[in-house]
Amino acid sequence: MSYHVKTLAVAGSLAAALTAHFATPAAADEAKEKCYGVSLAGQNDCAAGPGTTCAGTSKVDYQGNSFKLVPAGTCMTMELPDGRMGSLEALDRDLPQG
Amino acid sequence: MNQSAFRAALLDPDRPVPPGVTDPEGRPAGSRFDVYRNNVTASLTEALRQAFPVIRKLVGEEFFTAMAIAHVRAHPPRSPMLMLYGADMPGFLAAFPPVAHLGYLPDIARLELALREAYHAADAAPVPADRLAALPEADFLSARISFAPAMRIVRSRWPIHAIWAANAEDAPMPRERRAEDVVILRPGFDPAPQVLPDHAAGFLSLLQAGHPLGQALAATPDFDLTATLGILLSGAAITDIALETAPC
Amino acid sequence: MFDAKTRPDLPAKPGVGYKPQHFTDILENPAPVGWLEVHAENYMGDGGRPLAQLRHLAERFPISVHGVGLSIGGEGPLDPDHLARLKRLCDWLNPASFSEHLAWSTHGAEFLNDLLPLPYTDATLARVVGHIDRVQDAVGRRMLLENPSVYVDFTETNLDEIDFLTEIAARTGCGLLLDVNNVYVSCTNRKTGWNDYIDRFPHHHVGEIHLGGHDAQADDTGAALLIDAHGSEVTDPVWALYDRTIRASGAKPTLIEWDNDVPDWPVLAAEAARAAQILNRVAA
Repeated sequence: MSYHVKTLAVAGSLAAALTAHFATPAAADEAKEKCYGVSLAGQNDCAAGPGTTCAGTSKVDYQGNSFKLVPAGTCMTMELPDGRMGSLEALDRDLPQG
Repeated sequence: MNQSAFRAALLDPDRPVPPGVTDPEGRPAGSRFDVYRNNVTASLTEALRQAFPVIRKLVGEEFFTAMAIAHVRAHPPRSPMLMLYGADMPGFLAAFPPVAHLGYLPDIARLELALREAYHAADAAPVPADRLAALPEADFLSARISFAPAMRIVRSRWPIHAIWAANAEDAPMPRERRAEDVVILRPGFDPAPQVLPDHAAGFLSLLQAGHPLGQALAATPDFDLTATLGILLSGAAITDIALETAPC
Repeated sequence: MFDAKTRPDLPAKPGVGYKPQHFTDILENPAPVGWLEVHAENYMGDGGRPLAQLRHLAERFPISVHGVGLSIGGEGPLDPDHLARLKRLCDWLNPASFSEHLAWSTHGAEFLNDLLPLPYTDATLARVVGHIDRVQDAVGRRMLLENPSVYVDFTETNLDEIDFLTEIAARTGCGLLLDVNNVYVSCTNRKTGWNDYIDRFPHHHVGEIHLGGHDAQADDTGAALLIDAHGSEVTDPVWALYDRTIRASGAKPTLIEWDNDVPDWPVLAAEAARAAQILNRVAA
C-alpha cells in the first residue's frame, strides 16, 4: 500500500469508529453513581483471623505428593468438542502473529 | 526472641514456638502462638480468594484454599499493599503439579491480575471524539498515541476471555479452542476485558512502545483497524494523540 | 520531637471504619457518625474508584488515616517506599488524624499482614522511638500510636506496656490511640487487670479511641484467650471499660471497628449510637 492509500485507510477506519462511537449514548456520569460500585480485590485491615484453628497450623506438605485434593470447580464441566483442553500443540496454529 | 525466629515459625507449622515466647505463667506459648500463625495464613489466603475469583470458581473452593495456603507459604507478599498481592500466582500455577492438566489457569491468573491493576490505575481523561474527528488526515501515519494508564493487554493461546466470562458473568462455557488476546479498558471505574481482533494486540503493543501509527500498521498483518479503534474509543483508552507537524 | 501543626482535629464523636459497601448509606443517613477512618494501604493505588470514593467522603466528613502496614516495631529499617506512599496519601487528603500500630508486620522484604507483638525492653523502646521520629519527619505530621492486642508474653520483657507507650509519647511528641477492646483482650490474655490499665493510662496523650468486637477462645491450659477479630458487636465488658475510660479522659473521638463479616449499615450505626450515648452523658 502506498503512503497515501494507508492514510486513507486510517482515515476511513477512524471515521467509521467515530461514527459508531457518537451513535452510542453516553453513560450517566453522576459522581455518586459513578463512585458507587463493586470494589475489587483484597483489603488491608487490622482484624485478627479466626483464632487458633485451621489454615495457619495445617501441616500438609502442599508441594509434595501428599497433596490429596484435585481441582473440582467449573473446570470439570468445561468440555470442548475434541476433548480435554490440555494439549497446546493444536493451538499453536491459532497463535496471533506479531 | 528475634523476629527472624518468629517469622520462620509463623509460616512453618512444623517448627516449635520460638524460645522466649510464653503464656502469662512463663510456659511456652503453645496454641497462643498459633493465633499469629493463623492470622498470617488466613488473612493472606483470604486476600488471594478475593483477588482470583475466577481461578477459585474454576478449581473449586476447597482446592483453592489448600492451594492458596501453599502459595502464601511459598510467596509471601513483598509489599504492604495487599491490593496487588498475587503477582507470583501465574508462575506458581504453571509449576503446581495438581493443576498441570489445566494449562489455561496461569493466563486466567494474568487476566485477573491485570483487572486489579486496571482498577487501581491512575485516572485519565480521553481525547474528546470531536477532536479526533477534526484531525488532519495527512498527519495520521506519523501520529503517536498515548493510552490510559488503566489499559492492559493479556495475550493467550487459550480462550481466556470466554473462560473468564463464563465464570465471572453468566456467559456460556467456551465450546471451541482458540487463542484470545484481551484488552482491559476502564472507561469509568470498572475495568472491562474485551477480545481484540486478531493481530490487534501486536499493533497496540507497538503503539504502546511509542511507535507512530504508520510504523505499527506496516509491522502488523492485515487486521480490523475499525473494530480496534472502536474498542479504544468506547473504552476511553486514547488520552493523547501527538501529530508531527510538517515543516513549512 | 515533632512539632504539631495547627489543623482541624477529629471531633469528639463516634466514627466508623469505612467499608465501600456502606458508601451510599453514609452519604444518605450518616447519623450519629461524625467522621470516618480508612486503612491507609487500601488507598495507595494511583486512582480509580477507591480514591474517588475517598475524595467524595473527605469533602463531607473528617477522615482519619490509619496505617496497618508500616511495621513500626520491626527490627529492620522502615520501608522508604511505604513512607513515601503514606506521605503522598496524607498530602493529598490532609486527614484530621494519622495513626499506626505498636507492632511489626514486615521482615526483610516480606509483608506478613498481621500486627505481630514485640517485647518491651530498653532496646525495643529505642528502636520504636527512632522509627516514630522517622515517620513523623517523613510524613510531616504528628502520629498517634495504638496499643496492641497480644496473645503471648516475652521472657525478655522488662518494661510495662503503659510505661513503654508513655515514654514513646514523651520522646517523640506522638499522641496515643487507645484501643479499649485491645486493652480488654490483652489484659485478659496476660491475666492482668483491665480497669487498672485504664486508670493508669496517660489519657492526656490520647487523640482517638477504638472499640471493636472480639472472639473468645481458650488456650492449651483452658485459660481464656480472646482474639481481636473485629467481626461482631462490642461486648458489654468492653462498653463498661469504655465508659470508665471516658469518665477518666473526657469525650474523645471514638471509632467502631468492624472488619470481618461486615454488617448492614443500621447495625454499625447502632454501635456508633451506643458510643454517642456514653460520650453525651459525659459531656452533659
